[in-house]
Amino acid sequence: MPGLATQVERYSVVIAIGGVAVRVNTTDADFLDMLHARYSGFVSAETHAEFDFDVDLAAPAFANPDADVSVTQRSGRWFMERGDFRAEWTPATGTGWIHQSANPYSIDAVLRIVHSLVLARRGGFLLHSASAIRNGRAFLFAGVSGAGKTTISRLAPPDATLLTDEISYVRKLDVPGQDQEYVAFGTPFTGELAKLGENTSAPVAALYLLAQGPKNRIDPVGEADAGRELLANMLFFAEDQEMVHWAFQAACDFVRRVPVYRLTFVPDTRVWEMIG
Amino acid sequence: MSKKLYVARSPRIAARKLGQEMLVMSGQGSTLFTLNPTATVIWQAADGATSLDEIVERRICPEFEVKPEEALRDAEALAEDLAKHGILVISEEPISEQPISEQSIAKPDAPVQEPQQR
Repeated sequence: MPGLATQVERYSVVIAIGGVAVRVNTTDADFLDMLHARYSGFVSAETHAEFDFDVDLAAPAFANPDADVSVTQRSGRWFMERGDFRAEWTPATGTGWIHQSANPYSIDAVLRIVHSLVLARRGGFLLHSASAIRNGRAFLFAGVSGAGKTTISRLAPPDATLLTDEISYVRKLDVPGQDQEYVAFGTPFTGELAKLGENTSAPVAALYLLAQGPKNRIDPVGEADAGRELLANMLFFAEDQEMVHWAFQAACDFVRRVPVYRLTFVPDTRVWEMIG
Repeated sequence: MSKKLYVARSPRIAARKLGQEMLVMSGQGSTLFTLNPTATVIWQAADGATSLDEIVERRICPEFEVKPEEALRDAEALAEDLAKHGILVISEEPISEQPISEQSIAKPDAPVQEPQQR
C-alpha cells in the first residue's frame, strides 16, 4: 500500500551577521544553494541560532520589490510586508516566517529589517554608510546615495579591510573593565560595489559624513548636527514609538562617544592618507 | 489671555540636549525637531504643575530680558505651536497625570540631562 504522506526534506542555513545568528529553513534545495552563495562568509557552522525563520516560497509572479515596505508591531509580533514578500516575526519565541519567491532580494530585505529591530533594543543600528577597518580601528563613511560611499570603498588601500560599501552594522558592546564601546561589523549588505564585506569587526574610531569637493579636508561636526545627520542616515523601518525612542537614544549616545567629522574629498586615493 | 495655562512634556516624544541644542523626536512619523532657546526653556520647565505665566516670569523674562506681557504672548503662541506638533500638552488645569494613556516613550529625567564628559 503506498504511503499516504510524503516526507519533505527540510534544509537549514545559519546566517550570522554582527554576531546575531538567524537560521533560515526551507524545503527548496536550490533556494538553500542560493542562500549559501549570497551569504558566503556569513554562513555559520554553528547549529544554534538566536532566531529561526521558515521560508515559504511562492510563484515568481509574486514580486514587486519597488513597493514601500511596511513594518508594524501588534501584540508582540512584527509584521513586515513589501510588494515582493510578507513576513512575521515573534521576538519572544525567536521564530518567524517569510513568504516570498525564490529570489535573494526579499530575504535580504527581511534580514535588514530584523537586524535593525534587534539592534535598536540593544543600543545599536544599521547605517547608510560604507565602513572599513584600518590599523585595528573601524571608520564609518555615511551619506545618502551619491555622496561617495562606493567611491571611498573603491579607493580603499590594500591595508584597509572593507566591512561594507552600503550598510554598516554598529553594535554597542561591553568592554571588560571599561565603559561600553561601539563596534562595527562586516555585512553582506552590498551597494554598487556588489562586494560582500569581510566578516570581522573593530571598535569604531570615527564617523565621517561624506561630501565631495575640490580638495581633501576634514572638519569637526558639532554634536547636534552630528546627531541630526546620524539619524537621517539610519535605516529605520518601523513607525513604532518604542523603536523611535531607542533609535533616538542610540544616535545621541553615539555622537557623544564617537568623534564625527565632515570628510570633503576629491575622488582619488589620497583621501585615505588622512584616515587611520 | 485671562485663563492660566499649564504645559506638560508629551509622553510620546524622546528628547536630548546635544551641545547647546535640544533635539526632540516625535514617536509618530519619526519627525525630528530642534527647539530654539526659548522653546527649550519652556519644554524643560513644562512639568504640568507650573503655569505658563509662572514659567515666563521665573525663567523666560530673566534669561531673555523681555517684558512679561510680550513674553507671555510669545510663550503662549510657542506653546500652542509645540502642542500642534505633539511636543507639549496644554491644559487650563494642572496636569498631574500623563494625559495620554499609551505607553510613554519619554524618560522623565534622562532626556534633559546635560551631556556627560567624554
